[in-house]
Amino acid sequence: MISELIAWLTDPAHWTGPGGILAQTLLHLYYCVVSVAAASVVAVPLGVYIGHSGRGAVLVVGVSNAMRALPTLGVVTLLVLNFGLGEGPALAGLVILAIPAILSGTYAGVRNAPADAVDAAKGMGMTPVQRLWQVELPTALPLLFGGVRSAMLQVVATAAVAAYVGLGGLGRILLDGLKISDYAQMASAAIVIAVLAVLLDLVLAGATRLLVPRGLVLAARRGGKD
Amino acid sequence: MIDFFESPSNREMVLSQLGQHIYLALVPLLLGVLVALPLGRLAQQVRWLRGLLQGGANVFYTIPSLALFVIIPGLVGTPLLSSVNVIIALTLYTAALLVRPVRDALDSVPAHIVTAATAMGYRPGRRFLAVELPLAVPVLVAAVRVASVSNISLVSVGALVGIGGLGRLFTAGFQLDYPEQIVIGIVLTLLLALVVDLLLVALWRRLTPWARAAVSRA
Repeated sequence: MISELIAWLTDPAHWTGPGGILAQTLLHLYYCVVSVAAASVVAVPLGVYIGHSGRGAVLVVGVSNAMRALPTLGVVTLLVLNFGLGEGPALAGLVILAIPAILSGTYAGVRNAPADAVDAAKGMGMTPVQRLWQVELPTALPLLFGGVRSAMLQVVATAAVAAYVGLGGLGRILLDGLKISDYAQMASAAIVIAVLAVLLDLVLAGATRLLVPRGLVLAARRGGKD
Repeated sequence: MIDFFESPSNREMVLSQLGQHIYLALVPLLLGVLVALPLGRLAQQVRWLRGLLQGGANVFYTIPSLALFVIIPGLVGTPLLSSVNVIIALTLYTAALLVRPVRDALDSVPAHIVTAATAMGYRPGRRFLAVELPLAVPVLVAAVRVASVSNISLVSVGALVGIGGLGRLFTAGFQLDYPEQIVIGIVLTLLLALVVDLLLVALWRRLTPWARAAVSRA
């Protein structure tokens, strides 16, 4: 099985062309980036608002917990049956799945801004908006990015599943392999999906490192956290 | 939707897929806990293994389930349609998710209690099972609850590679253009997650009678 897999993966004909691994990887990546970006546009401001004002917190926690149990395949098939076959509904499904993780990460980040730092900002005479931009949001970044990372992982996985309802990408190669019971093709696609997921997570971990203010990193280290 | 349940064959089909789903989600949960306990213990005790185990678990958890369901038969040699693949994959996910909580939970056991147990003559193995593990349960349960919900949701993806469970309702509903069937599948999945969660909370209360005793005394 393993040797067939290597043979499939190393055959250049399987990499090039419109349905090849390269094109499908780019398409997969495109779906992921677009839907996580769209979800962030909705979820980050909402999470900041809820975290800052404390309004609707129960709803956020409840919804994001319930969403964890929501089966991806069910959501995507239902959306496509109701709104027609095509990329639009499938992509909408990805966006909906990505929102709770980003929302709860942002909310938790803003909510858990260190109370003494917020108090100090108040004491220095900062307005609420200044406090939000200069204290709460920067300290929220690690958790916010944590939310984006887990949303991205969910979307990479779900985009693969959504190939079942007509979305392109690496899931397409996998399910086409299943149809003709070509195990080497399925497993190759599965491996590329897994590698893509791990790489995307590494990139986002790197971005977190770059964007989280250095003072925060130092403070966490002094606090004895690992 | 009521029409759907009027047919005895539909009722029977839903029940059997539900049973399959429960089996495919809960067996890995149990196995995953059993795998995670020694790993978490190692991560707690052996310093250089800490980062390695944690990093490995984190990377593993990023692998999408559909990919894992397909890769495992190639590595283990099971048939592609075997439900063993789902059990192995979800066991590994559960273990990967639980390594850190097990470590944290064991860390949360107060040092003086461990010292007292040692002084009373508990050997390390028995001390772990009789003293440290029970005291670690409250911190651990939160993570087991997350793992159970995630397993219950992931099993349905197995339907894409022909493995049973409530996911079958999604693929069948999609092919037959029968949205009600998909809704039934989603609702049953959510209900199952809720029921299992409640059972875990009940189990946790049984396992930690002292927590309630402490509250009622206070």
